[in-house]
Order: sequence, then structure tokens, then C-alpha cells
Amino acid sequence: MEKITQLEMVGISKSFHGIPANDDIHLTINSGEILGLLGENGAGKTTLMNILYGLYQPDSGQIKINGQRVKIRTPQESMAVGIGMVHQHFALIQPHSAVENIVLGYQHSPLFFPQKKIQDDVLAFSKKFNFDIDLSKQVWQLSAGEQQRVEILKALFNGADLLILDEPTSVLTPQETQELFVILNRMKQEGHLIILISHKLDEITELCDRVTVLQKGKIVGHADTKDVDKRALARMMIGRDVIFNIEREEIPRSEKVLSVNNLVVNGDKGIPMVKGITFDIHKNEIFGIAGVSGNGQRELVEAITGLRKSESGEVRITDTDITNQPPDKIYNEGISHVPEERIKFGIAPGLYLYENAILKQHRSDKFSSRLFLAYKGIKEHARGLVDAFQVATPSIFIQTKNLSGGNIQKLILGREIDGEPPVLVASHPTYGLDVGATEYLRKQLLQRRKEGGAILLVSEDLEEISELCDRIAVIFQGQFMGILEADDPNIKDIGLMMAGTLQL
Amino acid sequence: MLHIKVTDRESISNKRSVMTLIVSLIAGMTAMGLIFLMSGANPFYAIFKIFSGSFGSRYGMMETITKAIPLILIGAGLAIAYRAKFWNIGAEGQLLAGAIAGTWVGLNWGPHLPSYLIVPLMFIFGFAGGAFWGAIPAVLKIRYSVNEVISTLMLNYICAEILMFLIVGPWKGKTKFGYPYTDDLPASAILSTITGTRIHYVTLLLGIITVIILGIVIYKTRFGYEVRVIGENTHAARYAGINFFKATVIIMVISGGVAGMAGIGEVAGLHHYLLYPGSVSSGYGFTAIIVAWLAKLNPFFVILSGLFFAGILVGGDAIQISLGLPAATVQVFNGTLLVFLIMGDYFLKNKITLKWAKG
Repeated sequence: MEKITQLEMVGISKSFHGIPANDDIHLTINSGEILGLLGENGAGKTTLMNILYGLYQPDSGQIKINGQRVKIRTPQESMAVGIGMVHQHFALIQPHSAVENIVLGYQHSPLFFPQKKIQDDVLAFSKKFNFDIDLSKQVWQLSAGEQQRVEILKALFNGADLLILDEPTSVLTPQETQELFVILNRMKQEGHLIILISHKLDEITELCDRVTVLQKGKIVGHADTKDVDKRALARMMIGRDVIFNIEREEIPRSEKVLSVNNLVVNGDKGIPMVKGITFDIHKNEIFGIAGVSGNGQRELVEAITGLRKSESGEVRITDTDITNQPPDKIYNEGISHVPEERIKFGIAPGLYLYENAILKQHRSDKFSSRLFLAYKGIKEHARGLVDAFQVATPSIFIQTKNLSGGNIQKLILGREIDGEPPVLVASHPTYGLDVGATEYLRKQLLQRRKEGGAILLVSEDLEEISELCDRIAVIFQGQFMGILEADDPNIKDIGLMMAGTLQL
Repeated sequence: MLHIKVTDRESISNKRSVMTLIVSLIAGMTAMGLIFLMSGANPFYAIFKIFSGSFGSRYGMMETITKAIPLILIGAGLAIAYRAKFWNIGAEGQLLAGAIAGTWVGLNWGPHLPSYLIVPLMFIFGFAGGAFWGAIPAVLKIRYSVNEVISTLMLNYICAEILMFLIVGPWKGKTKFGYPYTDDLPASAILSTITGTRIHYVTLLLGIITVIILGIVIYKTRFGYEVRVIGENTHAARYAGINFFKATVIIMVISGGVAGMAGIGEVAGLHHYLLYPGSVSSGYGFTAIIVAWLAKLNPFFVILSGLFFAGILVGGDAIQISLGLPAATVQVFNGTLLVFLIMGDYFLKNKITLKWAKG
């Protein structure tokens, strides 16, 4: 197969259940180029790339490589013409080593002892691109960034000239993101073609040569990234201006609501992940915890909300000690929780929307007697939530898994703050959501602050943290590197604190 | 080349569910027809015989109801367990455990107590026996992560062997001429039947009450809600503060307990003494798995699917006699239907499109 020097998609259309996901899409990419594909969730970016990768067949339109029409019916055919894709969720076998994973998908693997025979080739390949991974390690021992590099290596080793990356930085730390960009730039110099799917404006402007913007399945613009600013791109993407600086009015800090005192929490492997953390949150305050994920945020949140036992220290709400109480007790004391990974923790996907509208509150007097649930009141409550929190759904009698991520998150947030709890713990509340839903959810958090709520916000998104929080704690290896006021001049060094090189 | 495309269906109408069910049953019976054909029987006649044998006469109908009793009881209990994604394959053992516990009460206390005391006591102990046998795998799963499919299945054999030990050993009847049976239950402990039939109506009534209670439990109560959340997403259940240990044990106490009631019902209603495990129950604990699935894990529908499979059991006996087919035919029939029902489920949840394309 000759090397891809140019790939064209001509008039691609694809609809699901009569709803167009892609409508007459034209795009071109040339060798040595990085093309950004920008759009909100549900704009049709992933569908378009899945067509290119052979997972979907277009209803109409053609794909041309070097001017020649090609048919791509399966991922195998796609690989054969030189296209590789790294999905947002990695397709690696956790208990196998990185080499074994690469060999598994390799088309020319020998029948016997494949990993031994190919290992050297893989290593040479890995060196060429400066991939810094121990390939003999099992996948579960690798960090998200390393796993991603294994995926990229897998695609390249299979002879991919064109590499599609779907939201590649959503699982990466800032450093890993920079390392990825170095790799991608190097590939670009080698003459590879790269398509980057993203809804992060920074990445697109930093990395891509050109950008194509999709909105509701249609192309709404092409641009050279050197000619556009972020604001213009954002407007193209959602069709209106976004408020990048949400107004956060000054509210004086009032009485203490939640206090965490010298808390120590073990992780899943029995090693302390939270090593003596102390802080207070007041009424009318959003307290942010910034940090690279995996530094104890999850364990801290789980200990506060009752999902994990702490080893020592205490958690108090006003004057009540709630250390190591069960989750429903803690909820009743006034701490509600928007969990990370909303679909995994926040809902029962197969149950109806109205049944999910009371999860964790199903024992409250409002919704149940000792034995029976009060379904009439529950349905009314669910309808109220849907209206108040703008959950887009045909009815409350729909299985919750059929809602989009943004709508599920609106439902969860609505469920958690509707009863006006004194404390809200929110973990990565806007992770993976589009600009519209993100803006809406952030405004709701500020609204809650205005009403007198105390909010603990855990996020990796520094923009989010700096926009919303009154105070920001930076966590590194289970300890706070410092607690900053929103207007603290040290905030410019927050990156150093996240990396553990600066402690205040 | 033929291209097959599988996509999720977004919504499933009731009409489509019912049609899929009917088509799967017809497809299953067609496949069964081929098997009859291969064994030299006229498939139309054989299938006609099965249903005329079970639903076509008064005698057949009454036998069908008799065999539906244990299927309904066990099927309703399994529906609850499967809702919580606890794969209880051990209803057969739980049935036998209930039979053992109930029979012990009947033999020992029956001679001294009137019917209105001993019968409820037997059912209570039957429930307790099945519940105990069902709670073991629940505890094993939560405390030690033992896979319940394996533990429940294995416990079937253990209970069958305990029963064998009892009837050839310590419980062997003095009046049974050396056969491995217990003595007959005293008259006060024997369930009366509807005249001219073998329908022990007390157990039947218990079955219907169980169905109603379990239906309400699943769809209306707080506990049922928690069970469904556990079945859908264990992480969400943990987040919601649902007590796993308690819920799983309760589910298996119920599921095993009702199987145990079915067991003592069979002994006190039909056999009147404890005998070989394979004779106490002709695989009801396994057939009820299909009953629960055919009912879509809805306890109310278990009554219908229980009657349907009881009909096939009775009809199977009929074709053994009239067509000279081996006894295993019924099991092949049931298995074939289950395979087609599960296939039907797949087609119900996914949309399959076929397209011929050149090249």
C-alpha cells in the first residue's frame, strides 16, 4: 500500500434513527499536517471519525486517498490502507503486557511466540518516537498517559500513516499532555497525517495547523489556527458567545460549615493516599481542590461522603461528628455529593429517570414510608427537577441511560442540590461536557453559593477552579501544598504546586 | 458479500416484546419439530400431543396445575434474585433443603399436633431450610467473593447427597420394607387435594400469595427499589448507601425460602414421605430458571410462564407414552425453548440489518 499523502472525505452523510449525525461533510488533510476537529458533544466528530475508521458506513459520500476512491468497511480495511485510531476509552487488555497488546492487533504476527519475535521491532519503533514506556509492564500498571502511548504505538506499528485521536487529553495530566504534543509534532515532521478530535480550544490552537468546526453534524467553518482567536472559535462551535469569565460576586465569608481535621485515608491498595489534610469550608464559599488526578482527591471525597473509611482524623458538619458514618447518614446530615464518573456512580442506568431522581434520598420521609415508596410524589419531584434544571428529555418515563452525558449530569446536580443541602461535594462536575452544559452547571454552582451553600469542588480543570472558587487548595501526593485566596499573587505558580515543587 | 449490522434499539414497545416472544416460541418449536423428525416422529403430531396432553383434557389440565405449583413458587423467588443480578442456580438444592426441614417437623411433631398447627409449621420450617441453603452462597459471595453460579450449583449436589444419606441412613422408614424412604407423614401433616386431582391447594394458594407479595415488593417497596438499583449498578448502590450484605442475604433468604416451601409442598402434598432427590423434584429448580426468564423477571407473569412449562412437562409425559420417545425429550424441548427465548431477547434489544453489497 502506498503512503497516504492526502485524504479527502467528500459529501459524507450519516444518520441514526432518522437524526442526521453528519450532514454533507467535506474535509481534506495532507501529509505533515495536524487537523483539529472541533465541536460540542454530539456535534458528530466521533461519528465522522468512526466512518473513517470503518466502524460505521456512511449513508452517502466517498473517501479518497491520494485522489483514489477507497471503500472502508471494517477497521481491518481501514488499518490496511494506513489509518489508525486511538479511542477516548482505550482498548487494551489490562492483565497483558504492553508488548502483548501491541502484538495482539498486529497483522503480521507469527503464529508461535509472537511477542518474543516482534519485541525487538516494537522496541526499535518505540525508540524512534522517543516513547518512554516500559513495554514489559502489564497495562494496569501503566498510567493513563502511558496506556495512550501504547495505543499510539500499536497504531503506528500497524503501519498507520494517518492517526485519529479522539479526545486524547481528557485522561492526561498537564505534563502528559505536553509529552503527547511533543510526540505528535514529531510524527508530523515524519510526514504523518493527524486528526485530533477535541472540544478544548487551547489544544486546538496550540497544536493544530488547521481546524474544522462541526456543529450539529454540519461543518460551520474551516480556519488556519494562526488566523483565529479562541473567542472566534468558541463562537463558531456553539453559535454564540460564551462567557469565559462568569461573574462571581464578592460575598463575605460567613460561619464555618464543614471542617476536616487531620484526615488520613488509605487507597485501594492499603497505602495512605490522604496524609493528614485539614481545612474548613464556610457558608457562601466554593472551596476548590486543584491537582493532578491520583493525588488523593478521590479518597478524600469518598471519606467525606462516607464511601470510604478514614484511618484517623475527623470530619464535622457544623458541630456534628460524621467521621466514618454510612453515606445515607452523612447525606441526612446535609452533605450531598455529585460523584466523579457520573454514569458509573451517579445513576442506575436501566431504571427510569424518575427512579434515579431519588437515588440516595429514597429512604427520606418525603419519598418513602418504612416499607413503600411514594411513587406519586416521586414522579412529581422528578418532573420538578426536569423543569428546574433544564434536563432535556422526552419524559420522566425514559431509561436514564438514554439521556446524554450533560443531561444526566444536570439531573444528578439537580437531585443533589434541590433540597438546598448546607454542603455540596462536587467531583469533576463538568468533565467531558460540552461548553453549553458546562456553563450551565457552573452557574448553578455559583447560584448555590449565593444561596448560602458551602461547596467543595474537586477539579482538574484549572480554568474552572480559578473561575469559581473563593479559595483553592493544591493537593499533591495526599497533602495540601498550600491554600490560596482567589486573588493570591502566588496563583501563577499553581502549576509548580501541582507538580510538588513549591509548598507554601 | 453480506453485511450484517447490529445497532441498539432506542425504545422497545410492548407490542414488539410480545411479538418477539411469540416468534421465539414458534421458532423454538420449529427447531424441536426437526428433532422430532430426526427421531422418527411426526413433528406436528408430537407437538399437538404435547399441548393436547397438557391443556386438552380435564385430567391433563389438573396435572398441569399440579406441576405448575412448584414452578410458580420457585420462579417468583428466582425472579427477585435475578433482578439483583444474583445468579441463583441452586433452587433445586434449596427445594430439597426445604423438603428435608419440613419433613423432619412433620415426622416428629405431626403425630402430636392437629393439622392447622402442623401444616403452617411445616411450611415455616420448609421456608427456613431453603432460606438457610440460599443464604450460604450469599454470605460466601459477599464475604469471600465466591462466584454464586458455582456455589449455588455445587450446593445442589451437596443437598441431594445429604438427603440420600438421611433416607438410606438415620431416617430410613421402618414401614418401607428396606426401601430408602422415610416413613409416611402422619395424616395431620398431609395436605389435602382437590377431589379427583393431585392439586394440593394449600401450596397453590401459597404460590399465588407469594407471587402477589413479591410483585409488590419489587415494584412498590423501598427494598425492591434497592434490589433493582443493586442489579443495575453496584457502584451506584454503594453511592446511595444501600447495605449490600443485608440486601443480598435478604434476597437469597426469600429466593431460597420460597423454593423450600415448594419442596415441602411436594412432599406433603404428593409423595407423603421423603424419597430419592430426583423423585422429590423432577428438576423443578432448573426448569424454574426458564420460567423466570420467560416471565421477564416479573413475578406476576411467572404464573403464566409457570403454567406453560408445567404444560410442557405434562405433555412430555404424554408423548413418552404415545410416541415412545425417551424421557429426556422434554429436557431437550425445554432447553431448546430457552435458547430461542434468549436469542429472541437479543433481537429485541438490537436492531439487525442485512445488506448485500458487491465485492
